[in-house]
Formats: sequence, C-alpha cells, structure tokens
Amino acid sequence: MTPGRGLVRLPLRNRELGLIALALLITTVGFAAVQLARAQEFASSPLIATAFFAGAYLVAHLVVRITLPVADPYVLPITAVLTAIGLIEIYRIDATLARDQGVWIVIGLALFVGVIIAFRDIRRLETLRYTCGALAVALLLTTITLGTQVNGARLWIRIGELQIQPGEFAKILLVIFLAGYLRERREVLTAPTRNVLGVGVPALRHSLPLLIIAGASLVLLVAMNDLGSSLLFYVIALAMLYIATGRLLFVGLGAGLFALGAAAAVQITPRVQTRIDGWLHPWANEQAQCCYQITQSIYTIADGGVLGAGFGRGLILNGNGETIIPYAQTDFIYSVIANELGLVGATAVILLYLLLAWRGFRIATSADDGFSKLLAAGLATAVAFQVFVIVGGVIRLLPLTGLTLPFVSYGGSSVTANFAIAGILLCISQRANRERG
Amino acid sequence: MNRRIGNLFVVLAVGLVALIGMTTYWQVWARSSLEARQANVRLVYRDLAIDRGSIVSSDGVTLAESKPGTLDGRPVFFRDYPQDGLAAHLVGYSSLLAGRSGLERSLDTELTGSTGDLAGVVNSFDRMKGDTVRGDDVVLRLNAAAQRVAMDELERLGVRGSVVVLDPSNGGILVMASTPTFNPNTGLEEALRNPNSPLLNRATQGLYPPGSTFKVVTAASALDAGIVTTATTFPGPACIDSGGQKLCNFRDHTYGPHTFGYALAHSINTTFAKVGADLGKERLAATMRGFGFFSRFSWDYPPEQSLPSGVFNRRGNLVDPSGTFDVPRLAIGQERLLATPLQMAEVAVAVANGGQIIQPEPVLEVRAPDGAVVRRPSPVYLGRAMTTETAATLRELMKQVVDDGTGGAAAVAGLDVAGKTGTAETGRESKNDVWFIGFAPAKAARFAFAVLVEDVAGTGGDVAAPIAAAVLRALTAQTT
Repeated sequence: MTPGRGLVRLPLRNRELGLIALALLITTVGFAAVQLARAQEFASSPLIATAFFAGAYLVAHLVVRITLPVADPYVLPITAVLTAIGLIEIYRIDATLARDQGVWIVIGLALFVGVIIAFRDIRRLETLRYTCGALAVALLLTTITLGTQVNGARLWIRIGELQIQPGEFAKILLVIFLAGYLRERREVLTAPTRNVLGVGVPALRHSLPLLIIAGASLVLLVAMNDLGSSLLFYVIALAMLYIATGRLLFVGLGAGLFALGAAAAVQITPRVQTRIDGWLHPWANEQAQCCYQITQSIYTIADGGVLGAGFGRGLILNGNGETIIPYAQTDFIYSVIANELGLVGATAVILLYLLLAWRGFRIATSADDGFSKLLAAGLATAVAFQVFVIVGGVIRLLPLTGLTLPFVSYGGSSVTANFAIAGILLCISQRANRERG
Repeated sequence: MNRRIGNLFVVLAVGLVALIGMTTYWQVWARSSLEARQANVRLVYRDLAIDRGSIVSSDGVTLAESKPGTLDGRPVFFRDYPQDGLAAHLVGYSSLLAGRSGLERSLDTELTGSTGDLAGVVNSFDRMKGDTVRGDDVVLRLNAAAQRVAMDELERLGVRGSVVVLDPSNGGILVMASTPTFNPNTGLEEALRNPNSPLLNRATQGLYPPGSTFKVVTAASALDAGIVTTATTFPGPACIDSGGQKLCNFRDHTYGPHTFGYALAHSINTTFAKVGADLGKERLAATMRGFGFFSRFSWDYPPEQSLPSGVFNRRGNLVDPSGTFDVPRLAIGQERLLATPLQMAEVAVAVANGGQIIQPEPVLEVRAPDGAVVRRPSPVYLGRAMTTETAATLRELMKQVVDDGTGGAAAVAGLDVAGKTGTAETGRESKNDVWFIGFAPAKAARFAFAVLVEDVAGTGGDVAAPIAAAVLRALTAQTT
C-alpha cells in the first residue's frame, strides 16, 4: 500500500477518524456540562474552543491520512480524549488558563504534524542519535544552571513571558540517543567478559555507560531538587538497557545503585526530604508545608466517590476563586478529575494511558529494526512511567514529585513534547505496518 | 527482544493498575472516614449550602443572619453578625476557621433545619437533591437595648467583667454581657491569640470569689434552719478567731451590737462567720446545692461553655461538698469558693421569685421559615433553694442593702431595687473582684441580676452597683 492511494479505502484511517469524532463528542458534552454547572449566562468561548480543538485534530488526522496511511489508528484518538479531559478541567478551574492550554494543544498538534512530515522515514532519526544525546545534555545543563525554581524544584527556564520545562524535551532526546547507542553497542554489553563469584559481569569499560547514567541521574536529583524527573530518566534508561541486553542483573544492579545513591542524595535536598515526610506521615500536621497539598489532594479524590460530582460540579475552588489544592491544574489535575468524574472517570483515564502504552509497546514489537523497537518501547515507557510517578504521588502511593500528567496537565512544554512522542510513535508504526503489508 | 518488550509492558501495566487500586481505596473504602475528619474543609464548605436561620433579640435586633454568596459556582450562605461583638458570647459564632460556639452550636440542629421531626426529614431530602435548605429562626429573650447598655458600661470602664439579667419568673436571659468581647465577623483569629481571653464567656465560664454576695446564701441557710431571725442580735467585733486565724470585717470596722438584718445590710463578716460556724458544713452545703452550686446548670448552651460553681481545691478541681473546708470563711464567700456570674444571678432569682431556681432560658421562640412557631420553651424549675418565708424575709433585708446599706448606688428612681454587694480581695495590691447581685422591683421582681467586675480598685457598691442601676433603667425604659 502506498500513501495517497484512495483516501476512502483506508480502514485504519477511517477507524481513527471515527474515534476522533467520538473524542470530539466527549469534548462538546464536557464543555456543555461545565457551562451548565457554572455559568449564569451563555458564553461563546467554550464553543469556539471546541471548534478550534476539532479543527486542529481534523487537520492532524488528514496529514496522517496522507503521510502515514497504515500507522496505528488508536494513538491520536487517545491523545484527543486525554487532552479534552484536561482542557475541560482546566477551563473549569480558570478560563484564562484554558485559553493558553488550547493554544498549546494547537501548537502541539502542529509539532506532531511537523514530526511526521520530517521523520516519516524513522531511520533518519537514528542518524541524529548523537546530536540528540548532546542536545539532551545541553538542555539539562541549561536547566540546572539557568533554571528558575518553581515550588522548590528547578525544572524551568524562563524566556521572557514563557516558562519552558526542558526536561520534557530532554526526555525524548535521551530516548532517541539511547535507542541508537544501545542498538550499536548491544552485543558488547551482552557478552560477559569476567566471572565474579560465578556471575558473569561485563568489563568495566562496558558498564561505564550505566554508571554514567546512574551518576548523571543522581546529579539531576540534587541539582533539580526533584525526585520525579531523575527517577523518570533513570527508569527509562534502565528499561531500554533491559530491552537491549536482556540482562536483569544490569537492571537489578542499576536499581540498587540508584536506591543507595538516592537515599544519600535525599539527605542534602531538604525539599525531597519534606516530600518523603509528607508521603510517610501526611496526617501528622496537615497544615504544614510537608502535608497540605497531599492531604487536600486525598480529600479531593475521596470526595469524588464512585461516580464523581460531574464536570464543573465538584468543589475545587475556595472562596477566593483559587484552587483548594495548590497547583491543581498541573501536578494535581488527576485529583480534580477523580473528584469530578469519580472512580469511574479516574479509572477510564488510567486505562487510556494503559491503552496508549499498549499501543506503544505493540508498535515496538511489530517494528523490525532494533532502533525502532528500542525507540518505541522507550517512549511508551516514558509516558507510562511518568503517569505512574505523578498519579502515584497525588494518591500517596509514592512521594510527591513535580511531573506533569501527559496530555492532561496544564503546560506548554508537557503538551507539545507529548505530541512529539505521539508523532514519533506513528512514524515507527507506519514503517512497521508498511513493511508487513 | 519482543519477549522483553512484553515483560516491560506487564511491569508497567501492573504499576498503572496499582494506581486504580489505590484510587479505589480512597474513593470507596476510606471515603467516609476522610469525610469525618475535622481538618477536612469540605465538611465546612458543605455546611455553607444551608441557609442557616437567623438569631434575633426580643426587641427585634438581628444578632446573626445568613448572607447569600457563591463558592466555586454554587450558591452558599456566609454567616454575618450585624451587631459585631454586642452579644457575641451568648450567640457565639459559626465559622469556617474556628468551628461553632455558643447558641450557634447548641441550637445548630434548629438553625440548620436538621431536626428529627417531619420538617427535618423533608429538609434532608432537599439536601440530597441539592436544593437549598432553610433553617429555623430563633428569637431570643435577650433585650438588645439593655445588653447594649451593659456592654457600654463595662467597656466605658475598660474592665473585664460581666452582667447577667434573668427574668425570675421564667429564667429568661434578658442580658448576658461579657467583656472584653470579640467580633465574630472579623476578629476570631485575633481573639484566639488575645491574652485577655475575649472568647471566654465570663458570665458562664468565669469563676470568681463571690465575696459578700454569698452572704445571701448563708442567710437563706440560717433562716431556713431557724438558727437566726432578722431580730437576732450579734456583738460585732472587728475580728474573731476562726480555726486559729484572724477573720476580720472589711477595713477592720467595729460595729457593736446589731441585728442579723443589719449585719446583711452592712456586710458584717464576723457575724456571718459565726452564723456559718453555727450552721455547720452539712446544712450550708445542702443549701448551696439547692441554689445550684456544685453542679452544672443544664440549659440550652454548650456544656463546656457553662461551668459549675462551688469550692475548688488548689489544683482547680471542684471539691465534693462532703469534703473538708473552713465553714466560717465559706459563709462569707471565701475559702476557695468560686462562682460564675450566672450562678450568682440564679441566687438572686431564687430570692426574687419565692425560693425556686429556674433553668436559664435564652430562647423565646423558634420559628419555621414560614413564620410558624415550632417551639416556645416553658420555664423549667430546677428545685427549691429556700422556703417561701425565707425568700420573703431576704427580699426585705436585701432592699435595705440598697435603701440603707452598701448598695445605695444601685437605686433607680421609681423602681424598688434590692441587692447585695460583694468585694473579694484578689491578693493583688488594691485589686478586687467586685459584685452586685439583686433584683427589681423588690416586691414583684421582673429582673434578677448579677454584675461582676474583675480586678478593680473599688468596691461592689462603688463599681458594680451603678452598672446594675444603668442596666435596670434601660430595662424599665423598654418594658414600660
């Protein structure tokens, strides 16, 4: 099958279009529900927002239809539902924030289109692996040195009015680099060269990359003052190393190394320590720095019950119009969703991520070159693990960290970076499916 | 490689499913226990959906009402106290920050319309449907004009103190003032930190040595026991020996031979100490119990905001009346005897109405939102403190206190005022807790009162009696 042959006879694309239409229906109903619940008079802004949202997604779909006709049909609709739920909840918190987010979604979709046009042949990315690696390091170094602290964590760079979270992009660049690097070095890393106590251990020069990554992640933990980002980088690296080499020993060794290092590093990062306190003993002092956010998050989630209050009907804002949980629109958007959509809605959101991860891994297994496999699996891991860390944080399964919920949280860097991930996944999928067909 | 990718997916899937599990735990299992946690502001925000009934004085002054507003897009009601600190201690507050106190707390079920009767059940359905629930309105017996005079008098002197006026025929609370006061609209946070404890209702929570006002109780006990009559004569030395220690008259005054009636009018300590010794502990303690000492009044007010009066040990605990104490000193209101202004007002009530104490009653009536009266409390008699004859005798003697004794400053033109002064030394240099308790008109009393001022240089006759007179003038101006 070649692109462009008979636009109507593309069953995968038609399925995608149908699912996007369903997502747009959810968007419309959601905005209408918020409008009915909250506004005394009719406002046209959500109507315009919905139209823009629909337009942007239809354009993205058409580009996919032309350039990637046999790519996975589920990824784009899943992002549509997730961004819609996020946009509606942000609109419910603050209409101005929602307008910004709407702009970011459109920019994100533009980046998505750019990625699939530029890297329709995914092998082109492989040649850029060292560039990507260097760029990732540069971005992280810039963040550490020039970054501004928000809520204690140094994760942002300020350029004029804009606040950019370079870590979101560095994450993708790192996955591209690792995919290329590991495909190249896979054989060497797999072959044990020394025998210590009956266990095959690779030579030091081959384990060096692992040690470098572990060290770099710990430096990030201290420098960024945030456990979540460094944990995310490290887990992505370990996961890709495991896929490339199949050596669980590597993974176990790496995990132990990181745990030890993190336990030591936490001692010199009071903010992370506070977060761990709040995780272990949130009820001890609910008004204190450690525990206010997490306890308010739990009250908000519990208040939702099984069915939730409904879009726009929960109790999210206080008497001054501020969110009861600080940073509800970014880090704690899951708590807001759990409150308004209940266990049913929260479960649906997690299942959407599970579905997205499944599609990502499915793309990885169907690809037939090592680079594509590692890249797809690495990106799917990045999204799934990020969801696990941030949601785990707001429901007190893990210590709280400053990550965003992909596609849902308010924030330009997060939204655009995740659309780039979706674009790369579709490019890999197109190649894999085309070769099969 | 594909097998490893599959393994990795399973690990991540388990992680994501764990998120669903934990969310389920919070939203299903832990939900009700989290809802009940005091620190959960949602609990309080939810109460804001109720249009809480208003609290109005008997002369039509609104003391508490609900003002509509919005919270996160939903209609809510914020509590407002138009008179600020006027009757803040009795009315109390209903606040997001500090919870509830006073009548706002004790009458909560009626003010929120969540009573157990049919109307309450209908309201609970409305609540489930999300409709606004309108609570019942409460009309107090409080006379706002007299309350204003009482507060002004205390604040004018810049003192900590209290004025309680009860209706001796039904226990109705006509005035309950306490200074310093607080502003329930804006001043709660400040009041919680203020070292002068403005949140303390000195009328019901303030414990003070009653001094000579307690001689009314001693006199009632002695007259009831038949060990004295008004005509019984006493020697009147400046000091006597009591349990190895000197017990003296105020300013060591020597009186000479006098009658029992004269002793009450001039508050002669040596005479009352002798009477106390003759009475003995059992008879005096029995009379005190009859007046309500040693137990908490049960009335429509939060129990922890209404303390019992009696004899306290050094650790500040109420001592059982069967315990040991120096009876002659107790008889003149000393010996670690502490009483609330409300208790001393009840002493005046009993004398005024022929010997019975009546449960304090803040409420005139409770009205449904449609104006129908749903509750109008009737007087609750708590028991007899003395015989009718003794009460009649004491009324005559206490009238002499004002006409011809230490309480002259309480006289009001056209109103027969009867009373008893009290000046209790605090142990601090020239600082006394001073009292004036009494009733008016003496023959058929409509007002029974207790005035207390903390820590002042003067006497009960100088400081407290004029305040009583001012409040009585305000009350008679209102009711005639």
